[in-house]
Amino acid sequence: MYLTIDGIVKSFPHKEKGHVKVLDNISLDVEKGQFVSIVGPSGCGKSTLLYLIAGLEKADQGEIRIAGKVVTDPGPDRVVVFQQDGLFPWLTVLDNVTYGLRLKGLSKKQAEDKAREMLKMVHLSNFIDAYPHQLSGGMKQRVAIARALVMEPAILLMDEPFAALDEQTRMVLHNELLEIWQKTKVTIFFVTHNIREAVLLSEKIVVFETRPGRIKEIHSSTTMKDGIMPNDITFHLEKQILASLQGEIEKVLKEEMGDDYIFKTNPLHRDSSGDMGSHI
Amino acid sequence: MIWEVTSRLSSLPDFMFPSLSQVLQTLYTGIVSGQIMTAILTSMSRLLIGFTIATVLGLFLGYLIWRSKLVEDTLGFLITALQSIPSIVWFPLAIIWFGLNDFSILFIVTIGATWTMTINATSGFKNVPRLYQQVAKTLGSGGFHFLRTVIMPASVPQLIAGLRIAWAFSWRALMAGELLGGGGGLGYLLEMGRSLGQMDLVISVMLIIGVIGTIMDNLVFLRLERSVQKKWGIS
Repeated sequence: MYLTIDGIVKSFPHKEKGHVKVLDNISLDVEKGQFVSIVGPSGCGKSTLLYLIAGLEKADQGEIRIAGKVVTDPGPDRVVVFQQDGLFPWLTVLDNVTYGLRLKGLSKKQAEDKAREMLKMVHLSNFIDAYPHQLSGGMKQRVAIARALVMEPAILLMDEPFAALDEQTRMVLHNELLEIWQKTKVTIFFVTHNIREAVLLSEKIVVFETRPGRIKEIHSSTTMKDGIMPNDITFHLEKQILASLQGEIEKVLKEEMGDDYIFKTNPLHRDSSGDMGSHI
Repeated sequence: MIWEVTSRLSSLPDFMFPSLSQVLQTLYTGIVSGQIMTAILTSMSRLLIGFTIATVLGLFLGYLIWRSKLVEDTLGFLITALQSIPSIVWFPLAIIWFGLNDFSILFIVTIGATWTMTINATSGFKNVPRLYQQVAKTLGSGGFHFLRTVIMPASVPQLIAGLRIAWAFSWRALMAGELLGGGGGLGYLLEMGRSLGQMDLVISVMLIIGVIGTIMDNLVFLRLERSVQKKWGIS
């Protein structure tokens, strides 16, 4: 296995309860080149798991291995695309993308050539010398993706990368991400609360249960490699995942609003944008 | 205009309340004779040296406080206390330690600016968004590179604000020091004007201080601030 998550336990200090267990005995295997999504209600620890893989947090128990090597610190083989773009406002787009490459020891010329190529891939060739504030939200996220991909990471970690974008931009970026994934064959670990997004993009969908975070079930979806439009199969899968998450959602709501709250069981909860799961 | 008229009509003698034309004339002769120019140069060189030392020291202390909780609780607390002491209060001590010379003046100029610079640098470093730090770390940055490419540039807006205040503080300290300490400079010129009863000279020096202050603020700090704001897209 390429990425191995082995018996991870993680808890955070809590004011009243002392410690709250966020992740409880998580074990998961990801193959090289796989596109894996983690879905689950908010607070289920899915982002924490991603931070652990990135090396930004330390686990209480268990270990994470990439190609046999145990993860201890953050490193350029595991680059993260965050929910906010996190571009450095004092650098131009090109300098932002070359930042990591220069750290890798590439010459200025080499780094710039590579960055240009990657920016072309995310359709931003015309904005190379712009500063981040001159770009729209979607463009910034594209730069962030380019900055991550240009490092040629062993694994690309994405923490709800499209959650802050509007629906149209998100659709376009879904397409582009799939295209890039097919071209580069990079392993992607994708955290989202949007079930549809997970179903459309990934090959393997890991559903989390909450408090403490555990793996509830794993689905695989093989149909969506070339298209973005939902079809019967993905629709069915979406329904299935939502049904299994319903109990979890109820748990979260009860904790937040009191025990008398009952989640109205609507078999297909959809809002006007058809974006299932954004209410979680 | 009002100045000119009130001074001419007032019952105070000329040397106590000189008219504008008189002041301008003193200013002109002072500049031509070189007396004012040498004073400006002396003052400015003291100011620049003191200010530079204070900036470097402030950045370094700010870094230490930012790095360690222990230093923050001890040194950080001390510095907040020290900041509330006007720097001229150090002057008697400085005279005892270094004698009545350039070095004493330099010392209080530096002291005057160091503490605010430290406090501003600390809060600047502390307010660097976590996200930038995480991004840099996952891209492989660390150590001095991390400090140079993330922490410093990300706190630049706050550092500029700090420099501006530090500059004003060191000016104040410089004038007080020169007034008391002698040894040339604009402050000494002020003191000379007072003892000779030449209020036109005193007002000339005040004008010069005002002009230099405005020039520095507009040409250096404001421009620096604007260019950062433009680059970052804040304004």
